Parts: sequence; C-alpha cells; structure tokens
Amino acid sequence: MRSLIDILDFSIEELDELIASANDIIANPEKYSEKCKGKKLATLFFEPSTRTRLSFEAAMLELGGSVLGFSEANSSSAAKGESVADTAKTISCYADIIAMRHPKEGAPLVAAQNASIPVINAGDGGHNHPTQTLADLLTINREKGGFNNLTVGFCGDLKFGRTVHSLITALSRYEGINVVLISPEELKLPSYVKKDVLAKNNIPYKQTTDLESVMPELDILYMTRVQRERFFNEEDYLRLKDSYILEPKKLKNAKKDLCIMHPLPRVNEISIAVDSDPRACYFKQVLNGKYIRMALILKLLEEAKK
Amino acid sequence: MNIDSITNGFVIDHITAGRGMRIYELLGLDNLDCSVAIIKNVTSKKLGKKDIIKVDADIEIDFDVIGYVDPGITINIIRNCERVDKLSVELPEKLTNVIKCKNPRCITTTEQEINHVFKLTDRENGVYRCMYCETKAK
Repeated sequence: MRSLIDILDFSIEELDELIASANDIIANPEKYSEKCKGKKLATLFFEPSTRTRLSFEAAMLELGGSVLGFSEANSSSAAKGESVADTAKTISCYADIIAMRHPKEGAPLVAAQNASIPVINAGDGGHNHPTQTLADLLTINREKGGFNNLTVGFCGDLKFGRTVHSLITALSRYEGINVVLISPEELKLPSYVKKDVLAKNNIPYKQTTDLESVMPELDILYMTRVQRERFFNEEDYLRLKDSYILEPKKLKNAKKDLCIMHPLPRVNEISIAVDSDPRACYFKQVLNGKYIRMALILKLLEEAKK
Repeated sequence: MNIDSITNGFVIDHITAGRGMRIYELLGLDNLDCSVAIIKNVTSKKLGKKDIIKVDADIEIDFDVIGYVDPGITINIIRNCERVDKLSVELPEKLTNVIKCKNPRCITTTEQEINHVFKLTDRENGVYRCMYCETKAK
C-alpha cells in the first residue's frame, strides 16, 4: 500500500506529476468536485494543529469526500493506551485514507506498516512534514516556474525547523540550487543535514548570521518561526525567539521578484506590514497546501485501487 | 580440554575476545539442539586472544547480522570434516533488534512491541540510522 511518510518516498517525476495535478485542480476545480464521492479521510491528530488538519479536511471536502477523526490524543483511544499499530488497523475498517500527526517521530511509519489503507504523514514531532514540503514546492513552482537555478535563503530556526530540513532535501535533487543559511549560532542547520544532504549532492551553500547582507542574492526567502515546543529550556527560547524579524526596510535591497515564504503560523518574525508587499507568498502557500493535498489524496486513492 | 571436530557445520573464527556470547545470542544459537561450543580467550597470532564458536549442524544462518558487531569475523563451512568454504562477513543492510534507538522522541521508546530497526545509510563509514526517526546509531 502506497503511503507518504517522507518527501523522498516520491521520485522527482512523481512530484512533477503531483504539481501538475494540483495546477490542474486550481485551473479546473469543478472537474474534481466529486472525484472522492463516497470516500472518507480519517484525520488522526495526536497533537493539536489547526492549519494542517483543516487543510486536509478542506481538501477532502472539495473533492466531494467526507472526513472523520480527532484533533488531540485525549479524545482518542491513545489516552487509554492503545498502540499506534492498533489504531491504524482499526481506522482501516472505517476510512479509505489516513492523515496522521503524532508527537513521536516515526509514528506515521508504524501506522503505514499496519494499516490496509494509505497513510499520509501530517507531521511527526520534529522529524518529517512532507505535505508542508509539497505545499512549498507547489508555491515555488507557481511563483518561479520551476526549481532549477534558484538561490534559496532559509532564515530563523534552522536547527529544529523540520520544514527547512525537508525542503532542503527536496530541492537538493534539482539542478543549480544555491542555499543560503541565515540563523543565530545556536540555531544553525545541523551538521548531518549539511553533510548528508548539501555536501552529498554538491549543493553550494553558505552560512551567515546577517540577513540583510545576503538579501540581494535571494530568489526565495524562507522564513521560520522559533518554536517554543522544540525547546527544553524556556530561557533559551525567550533569548532566541526575536532573532530575525522581517520588516519592509530589510527588503529594500531584495530582488523585485523575491518570493517570501513561511510555513506559518508566524508569531512576529514577519511584520504585518510585509503582508501587503506583492512578494509575500505565505498565504498563497496555505492555499497551495490545500490544492497539493487534494492532488495527493487523489494519487494515493488511485494507487490503492490498483 | 577436548572439543570434538565438526562433521557438518560451521566454525565462527576470529571473534574479538569477549564477544563470543553476544554473537551466540545474536545468531539465536541457544535455540539449537545440536552441539555448540563457545571457546573463549583462545590464543591468536592475529588478535592476541579470540573467541571461537563451533556449531555441529548443517543449518542456514544469516551471518551478516554479526558483521555489525564484529566485522573481522570469518566463517569456515565444514562438510564431511573438511573446510569447504571460508566467508567473511559484510555490514548488513538492516539490523533488527540488534541496537536500540536512544532518541527519546522516537516512537520506539513508547511503543514497546515495535522492532528496533536500523538501516545502513552509509556503507563506507558504517553509519546506521533508525528506520523510524533517522537518528544515527552510536
């Protein structure tokens, strides 16, 4: 049974197909409004998430399907001690596809190993969040017309930011990508990502603590939030949370066609004044997230039929 | 000390001294009802001291699992009291329940019945990563 646990589960060709499918959904939504009639998506969210869960639910509803599920572990059998494997086997009897978020790394893989229906990883702790990466790829594709020969700046929490690790991994398979890593010393990209992804794929990269100095080079600026839940120590969080705040004045030397992205939610790392800048693409990213999830649900249900 | 020679079976040689019991457990030799000898601290020209395991039964065993624990091991296959083959072990692609994931955020730490599976991600440097959370084995 085909599932999506890690972005690398899909080949570049499959990602291209998925993006083409999402673009077709955007252009012809009426064509897809009953594609999943009679099908059910189970959203198993063992930790809270408004955006991702609602995006999945909206995606399924727009495909004419229905949704069931829970939005926190306390309202599921996990509170009674049920294993992820048993939950996956049980839900396979009720639904046609699962979207799962879980605080433990690898939990969606365990679900996929035990379910008889496709499982989509909707985020497993600080590990993977492949549908956010799909949303990011669709946004880059729509804003830049492709993935080759781009200079992509990642700014903020590059240590714990799983969306950053996943997107770097996904982009490393394309030609001519340059990466600029902008973060405080304490939140630098982990060395294993630099070694296993950037160096291994011969992706040129540089690290800096100064966002403004590299701004003119960037085609894409991917901002991230310093996440409270990834810190064991509140003091460290408070010290680092305001490290980089994007304001209109910092964009004065940026390219005219810069694409500013953010996986959201933001706290204060992008000033609200930037929202009206035509280069701000983060709310487009949210919308793209719904469309690419529609394309993904369609693809996995189609493959399950085979 | 007398240990009978083997008719049909195998001898695991050049085990780092002290690791004999670990290899015995990993290969599940405790489940066999044939003669099995674990010889510890044998004098070795190459290693100084070594352990040896002799198994007097013609059975199929996946030796690669021990490649992770002790890559210098050699396996001698015995048929009709003669050595017919000498094998060296390779790092296995996958290790199941050989090492435990230490990442407190990994699903294997809360769900006790899940196998601890590590995959070889870098053969050159012998790097294994947890299949679930991708944490590097130490």
